[in-house]
Amino acid sequence: MAEVELRVNGTSSRVQLDPRVSLLDALRERLRLTGTKKGCDQGACGACTVLVDGERILACLALAVQYGGREITTVEGLGRPGRLHPLQEAFIRFDGFQCGFCTSGQICSAVGMLAEHRAGVPSVVTPRLAATATPLSEAEIRERMSGNLCRCGAYDGIVDAIQHVAGVDDRAATAEPAADR
Amino acid sequence: MRPFTYLSAPDVTTALRAIATEPGARLLAGGTNLVDLMRQDVERPTTVVDISTLPLDEVQELPAGGLRIGALVRNSRLAAHPAVRSRYPVLSQAVLSGASGQLRNMATVGGNLLQRTRCPYFADGTAACNKRDPGSGCAAIGGFHRGSAVLGTSEHCIATHPSDMAVALVALDAVVEVQSLRGTRRIPLAELHVLPGDTPDVETALDPDELVTAVELPALPVAASSRYRKVRDRASFAFALVSVAAAMEVADGTVTAARLALGGVAARPWRAHLAERALVGAPATEEDFRRAATAELATAVGRPQNAFKIELARRTVVATLHQLTTEGGAA
Ligand SMILES: Cc1cc2nc3c(=O)[nH]c(=O)nc-3n(C[C@H](O)[C@H](O)[C@H](O)COP(=O)(O)OP(=O)(O)OC[C@H]3O[C@@H](n4cnc5c(N)ncnc54)[C@H](O)[C@@H]3O)c2cc1C
Ligand code: SF4
Ligand code: FES
Ligand code: FES
Repeated sequence: MAEVELRVNGTSSRVQLDPRVSLLDALRERLRLTGTKKGCDQGACGACTVLVDGERILACLALAVQYGGREITTVEGLGRPGRLHPLQEAFIRFDGFQCGFCTSGQICSAVGMLAEHRAGVPSVVTPRLAATATPLSEAEIRERMSGNLCRCGAYDGIVDAIQHVAGVDDRAATAEPAADR
Repeated sequence: MRPFTYLSAPDVTTALRAIATEPGARLLAGGTNLVDLMRQDVERPTTVVDISTLPLDEVQELPAGGLRIGALVRNSRLAAHPAVRSRYPVLSQAVLSGASGQLRNMATVGGNLLQRTRCPYFADGTAACNKRDPGSGCAAIGGFHRGSAVLGTSEHCIATHPSDMAVALVALDAVVEVQSLRGTRRIPLAELHVLPGDTPDVETALDPDELVTAVELPALPVAASSRYRKVRDRASFAFALVSVAAAMEVADGTVTAARLALGGVAARPWRAHLAERALVGAPATEEDFRRAATAELATAVGRPQNAFKIELARRTVVATLHQLTTEGGAA
């Protein structure tokens, strides 16, 4: 057993864990944060996506011991009823889900993806890699979100929701001084 | 998953000591391949040595103009690095065409190079597989082998090396720096992975006590005009059926320099020297590109399900080189 400090959604807890336990199982079974879902448990579906220090990763392929002391954000930490994250609101408004199983992973992934895009990270469909900024076209969103599968096929709604939030972001970016962002 | 002892290495020496003294020790970087295979009981380490916090995570300029990439640089950081995007765009594209955004944030350069094959029988403990269980046979030959290799195979194993990044690196003459308690040595990337022959369980030139510390790229002007093209069953988040890493310079309609490597079709990241030789000095026409690709693929061995890869590889080489002549590199 190993003692691990799990810092999740702003709360720190010390837990005794077998080193075999994945971050996904630690979140769901130990901390009872069941918003993060287990789809494939092998990196292929994205349902378990969480943010670590603001970057999206897959909790199913992460050993919990490896993530002690890091700032982990799950879907529960993004918003709550009555105070939803803009992406959560947009997923409702644009029908970004049916059964909802993939949704927490989609939303965490989209938060991470938008941050990557703002930081100038290119994708494989970016026409000119050396360019510092790329517009977030539909093709860019689909490529950058390809690690999140949706068995219900809600992709069109997911893309609309993300595009909506990205557009709001863009308008805010041009209206506000860069230092505020 | 079997029980193991977890050790977080505070420095390189601690990690080296652990793998030198414990035969059952395995290095854990991003974990995206090792954890998966441990869960499937293919990897059975008794000690897991976590190297993910070692200070080997920088991309540095080399005095002679190349780049030194730490073994723990995350795939996403490597692909987004300005020097890689402008001077070695083929590498950026290759990394970005692999896995998903989440996986690239976890995966490291060292782990990507040393990831194991995706041959389905390798991960299936009930199947015959010489790579996982030497002497047991090869279930892919005579079984499902649509994704298997056509170059560099043997009658004992026809698996592909799955990395996209390594295909770009082998085209770019990359060199791998490895360290053990015995010292440091440098291995050309082209020699890091070995062909299966009659020992497909031996996959690399590394000794068990060695750790990859960095990958170095030489200054390579031709690399500024380079691209990676990947053909797969769906548009994104899938391994390659065929991929091509290419860099080329053309002057007055004649090829003056070329670097070419193939992925998805070979037992290791496949540097296409024969094609390069055919290209340099020849006119930059589709007909000549096709001739060069044919020279490289002359020794390819197709089987009922994967013979299509030979023609697909030929066409993908031609298309990639053609795109380089018409649109230039991806930078
Ligand atoms: C669903 C899925 C899809 C994928 N698709 C693609 C794809 O399209 N293209 C592609 O190229 N890859 C793909 N991958 C594979 C992915 O790129 C690799 O899993 C990843 O690069 C491995 O890096 P890591 O740091 O996580 O390695 P780990 O899992 O930590 O390690 C892998 C191996 O390397 C060894 N190792 C790690 N670092 C070192 C070091 N410094 N020195 C010595 N040994 C070391 C480990 O001991 C282990 O044996 C995919 C993976 C998944 C799960
Ligand atoms: S091709 Fe290689 S990895 Fe696949 S079953 Fe045969 S021996 Fe195993
Ligand atoms: S549960 Fe982690 S990717 Fe599917
Ligand atoms: S909403 Fe059902 S899987 Fe995506």
